[in-house]
Amino acid sequence: MESFVSILIALLSAPLFPGIILKVKALFAGKKGPPLLIKYYTLMKLFKKGSVYSTTTSFVFKLGPIVSLAGGIMILLFFPLGAIAPVLSFHGDVLVLFYVLATGRFFTIAAALDTGSPFQGMGAAREAFFGTLAEASIFAVLILFYRMTHSLSFGEYFTGANPISLTGPAGALLLLVIVALFIVLLTENSRVPVDDPATHLELTMIHEVMVLDHSGPDLALIELGSFYKLFFYSAFLAMIVCPLSPSGGLLNLPVFYGIVVLVYMTIGLVESIMARFKMNLVPKFVLTSSILVVFAAILTMGFIK
Amino acid sequence: MGNLLQIENGESVKRSDIPLVPFDRFAKLLSDFVRKDGFIVQFFAFVEDGGNRLLAVVRNSHLYVVSTEVGEEFPSFTATCSEKFHMFEREIAEQFGITPVNHPWLKMVRYHANYRGVPDVFGNDYAEDIPGKYPYFQVEGEAVHEVAVGPVHAGIIEPGHFRFQCAGEEVFSLEIQLGYQHRGVENLLTEVAMKRLPIICEGIAGDTSVGHNLCCCQALESLAGLSVDPGARVVRAIALELERIANHIGDLGALSGDVAFNPPAAYFGRIRGEFLNLLQVLCGNRFGKSLVLPGGVSKLMNPEQVKIIEDKLKELEPEIRHVCDLLFTSQTVQARFEHTGTVAKQMAEDLGLVGYSGRASGIDYDARVTFPTEVYGLLPANRNEMTKGDVYSRATVRREEIMHSIHLIKTLLNKSGEASSKTLMQEISLQPDAFVVTVNEGWRGELSHCLMTDASGKIARYKVKDPSFHNWTGLAMSLRNQEISDFPLCNKSFNLSYCGFDL
Repeated sequence: MESFVSILIALLSAPLFPGIILKVKALFAGKKGPPLLIKYYTLMKLFKKGSVYSTTTSFVFKLGPIVSLAGGIMILLFFPLGAIAPVLSFHGDVLVLFYVLATGRFFTIAAALDTGSPFQGMGAAREAFFGTLAEASIFAVLILFYRMTHSLSFGEYFTGANPISLTGPAGALLLLVIVALFIVLLTENSRVPVDDPATHLELTMIHEVMVLDHSGPDLALIELGSFYKLFFYSAFLAMIVCPLSPSGGLLNLPVFYGIVVLVYMTIGLVESIMARFKMNLVPKFVLTSSILVVFAAILTMGFIK
Repeated sequence: MGNLLQIENGESVKRSDIPLVPFDRFAKLLSDFVRKDGFIVQFFAFVEDGGNRLLAVVRNSHLYVVSTEVGEEFPSFTATCSEKFHMFEREIAEQFGITPVNHPWLKMVRYHANYRGVPDVFGNDYAEDIPGKYPYFQVEGEAVHEVAVGPVHAGIIEPGHFRFQCAGEEVFSLEIQLGYQHRGVENLLTEVAMKRLPIICEGIAGDTSVGHNLCCCQALESLAGLSVDPGARVVRAIALELERIANHIGDLGALSGDVAFNPPAAYFGRIRGEFLNLLQVLCGNRFGKSLVLPGGVSKLMNPEQVKIIEDKLKELEPEIRHVCDLLFTSQTVQARFEHTGTVAKQMAEDLGLVGYSGRASGIDYDARVTFPTEVYGLLPANRNEMTKGDVYSRATVRREEIMHSIHLIKTLLNKSGEASSKTLMQEISLQPDAFVVTVNEGWRGELSHCLMTDASGKIARYKVKDPSFHNWTGLAMSLRNQEISDFPLCNKSFNLSYCGFDL
């Protein structure tokens, strides 16, 4: 029951948090910024619209938004939000889930290529390249977590017998993981300094350019999918930063969401004080995260045993 | 300079005094001049007594004019002498159907039928869309792909078509096709009533309304023998500088926004508005429209306005300093600006770049210094040290010019007490058979208008040149071997005018 309440709250509240990023950025720019609920308004607006399909596209184009949204929802079903047991869990689910996310990306890329637009092909190439690099970091993290918890499931990581904790014996290593995962979060969710979600300049876009041809409800599904993906990465970070006891039940949620809001505010802060990287610097930036985690994994060889 | 007639900026001369030399002599004079660090201000064709004439206004530290008569074609100077001629020759071919033989890249400029109604040089049927018969430049090879951007863009900007030939992220070649906003300004200016000239000139390029109108009014004043009060000259210079500051600040903000560095983009956006508001204080219009008129200015500056501008400048100057520091000292911004879109000095000279684009590449030319009009002769010049030719240099030049212009306005405000009287648009009669060229440093660079009157004092030929005419080629060259994702940044660092080019 708790699990279902928790996932419901997550699915309903995910579009709220990107509004926080916008507020923080607006604050730094000396503006009022859009209302906190802006993303809900956007979704409502988009769902009310009709869709326009280019005559060059096929069913692949319509599949992209659905698969990427499904991926975003699915990974949340397996994640112990606020240390509340996830709705679903099995041994090895992390491997499946990261590839479910990758499937979402694959279909987004396929839909982009389906349009035949040179912009979208360019964006797809960038997304595929940077996504591949980010995968290296994620799997380094999984290796490290396996060494720390001997498990391969989100549920076990945070609610199992051997939970990941900053105060645990290998807690210091988690600091490296936090930095690395934050870099992955920025990369995977098209945030500054990797991508600029606010730009209108197609030639500089990575993710946005791939969804340029989607409109109306399709675009709403893509947006929603991206909110869930961002929420998942933020929740992952929040749980590492502030591990909660499974016994806390629903009372864990206020603390958990407090930390999640902090993660989003940090994203807003980073976007306000940094310019974007030149495109050819992005791979170095992403690879920095893998190096950090690999370094952490090497350290575990010494003293975890 | 035998056969080159030296003229002053904004000084009318009799057309019969302009040397009309045989083409061979014309070719030698121009080629020699351009090879010895000469630049072209105007080079255009007109019809006289049923024959085609070419007229060139060139500059080094002075202005010179010379003309010749040609038939239906002439040997291209671009092929034999310098790239500085290349756009001008294409324009001549397009406007008058005169072919520059052996021109290496004879392509239409703005896509319209020629004025003489002779067969088209490019073989285009202008009922078809741009680019007509023209096949865009292509790079061959398995790995090369083509990206076409525009003419309709994602932002609210003017239309222009950009073709990139890329290998992956690297740009081999960028071809820029404009002409989507061609309105026939030059012909319009010869047809309408005199009182509409300033209004039309203000609309040549909306962001340079003071600059273009100033060129027009100076030319009309010269041809009509009108004198301008010293007080009015001060107001004109202040308006031109306010326009410069507003545009430079807007562009620095946009550059910041293009690299996703939001705070300066927001601050500069506001400060730009403050300067536009100062223009409104000065003349009732945020873009300085309807201020400059032949013979003076339409609004006088009273002590109250002087006070408002002084106070506002005092308030804004430290703010601008702070926001500039924020932008220029941020490492991530420096990483984006430096070594991006570099135009080497040699290239800039070959192409004849003007304005901040030229100065950022080390071409030390400022029309306010070399050919001062209004009160610029009494004012100090600006010097910029950053001349590497990249986006960072172009941004730095803008920053220095903003500071310099604020200083100029402060100096000018102290002179505001000078005598002046309000001018209204009046019917004026122009000197017959006369020629005048005016050159001013608009915010983008050298603006030039050229007027010729016929025997009855009517304007026979009106030639407009926006600095963008020189600089678009610079943008295309700056993209060579750059990343395609840096195009918007390079584009913004030049920020050229589409409608000023399209006329």
